[in-house]
Amino acid sequence: MAEVERDSVSGRETTGHEWNGIKELDTPVPRGVLMFLIVTHIWAIVWWFLVPAWPLGTTYTRGFLWTDQRTTVEAQVVEGQQERAAWMARIETEPYNAIMADEALMQTVRHTGRQLFGDNCAACHGRDGKGRANYPDLTDGDWLWGGSPELIEQTLRVGINTAHPDSRIAQMPAFGRDQMLEREQVRSVAAYVYSLTHPDYSTPQNIDRVNAGREVFVTTCATCHGENAAGNLEVGAPNLTDAHWVYGGDLDTIIASVHGGRQGHMPTWDERLTKAEIRTLALYVHDLGAQQP
Amino acid sequence: MADTYHRKLERSAIGLVIAIIAAASVGGIVEIAPLFTIDETVEQAPDMRVYTPLELAGRNIYVREGCYACHSQMIRTLRDEVERYGPFSLAVESQYDRPMLWGSKRTGPDLARVGGKYSDFWHVAHLTNPRDVVPESNMPAYRWLARTTLKTDDLPQHLAAQRALGVPYTEEMVENAARDAYGQATPDTDFAAGVTERYGDKTQVSAFDGVTTHVTEMDALVAYLQVLGRLTGAAFEGTAAPEEKPDPEG
Repeated sequence: MAEVERDSVSGRETTGHEWNGIKELDTPVPRGVLMFLIVTHIWAIVWWFLVPAWPLGTTYTRGFLWTDQRTTVEAQVVEGQQERAAWMARIETEPYNAIMADEALMQTVRHTGRQLFGDNCAACHGRDGKGRANYPDLTDGDWLWGGSPELIEQTLRVGINTAHPDSRIAQMPAFGRDQMLEREQVRSVAAYVYSLTHPDYSTPQNIDRVNAGREVFVTTCATCHGENAAGNLEVGAPNLTDAHWVYGGDLDTIIASVHGGRQGHMPTWDERLTKAEIRTLALYVHDLGAQQP
Repeated sequence: MADTYHRKLERSAIGLVIAIIAAASVGGIVEIAPLFTIDETVEQAPDMRVYTPLELAGRNIYVREGCYACHSQMIRTLRDEVERYGPFSLAVESQYDRPMLWGSKRTGPDLARVGGKYSDFWHVAHLTNPRDVVPESNMPAYRWLARTTLKTDDLPQHLAAQRALGVPYTEEMVENAARDAYGQATPDTDFAAGVTERYGDKTQVSAFDGVTTHVTEMDALVAYLQVLGRLTGAAFEGTAAPEEKPDPEG
């Protein structure tokens, strides 16, 4: 054993090792740190026994607490469902009129519906439900497929142009691209549609084109949009005489719609949401419009 | 007594080296040992299908663009996650993910079950400029994807490489990879029929980016996003989840 040497500054013993004149002190780990390490190691060993820890071939040690995160979360989800069960059952089974008459229940619908809407619908329709270009405003009272809670529920359930067997199907054909209408006919029918919401467009220099467009409209477009262009909820054909537009109401966008057609897509929520959730959303969306001035 | 013990410990260089090796190998053992029991611990999913060539190409773009840095694909066993995203993720759901893209950071939402939640059109609009559909989004725009033609000639090699790693692609799938990638993005063509024949009727064949004249990287990425969580219904078996399970076989 080497001779013990003491460092003259700190008074501590050295290890006896020396590198280029630098000597290493033989200083132990501070007691507090050592205690902390010991306690954590003991805790780790105790924890091995309490929770699932060691693999044993085809199985593993389950631990004396018998915890399993999968069953824990399942139980929590079921517990949450039970907490909601009372009013969820009412929303699922009671008629819409009865629910809407119950102000307390409607408060729950607004609260829960807001969460569901934010998670599932806001990506397209916006958090306020006001939509944006290509996605309908749900608050303006103008509906493609009907705005009663029953019809909204149906739209939510089957979607529009989806793979769902009962999907709502809406197709605006590409009249220009697929050569159903001549280029000039596309332009004149668009001018006519534009004039419906812009009466001052029908000036003497435009009136011939507008009149020509009306004839094209009656023979080609009226089947879906109606002779008076007020739309048809049965086929999701929008009203062309109001100020609400899905794709845009300026002349260029109308020409683009007639030329290239439109096939909007609303996902089906049948698989992703429960019946009660869909009905909550139907009420929420209906209520959004009702709350608007 | 204690001082002598510490003195011995401090002076033993070989002892220190051995202790370091022992401590460091614990980390290795913890990662390697469970792999020996992987056949017993990973759930069974007989209904699971493999990624189509177009989806695999989209997955490669997802990796290339680093989407995993902000989006996880792993719903954890926590109540709020299960209620928001759906049933927690099972190991078997990523058995054909090589490498897996579970991720651990969520600047954006989890994508493990995003397939079918939004329309193709929404995905294209969102990838072109996220602010157009989600005003508060801070996701970068990926608008060049729609302008970039997808490279399909190397897809057979990609499928073959996946097969070498254990993904059950058939010889027919490998041979037709480039044609199937084209077919999945061009409905109503002869190529499209081959996709559903090889990968099942529920495989989404669609003009993902709305243009059928050529196949772009946008087509591939949207096809991949639309199949996330829909390759198997295994996670929906015997859970409290109210959702109906997806049916990949059709």
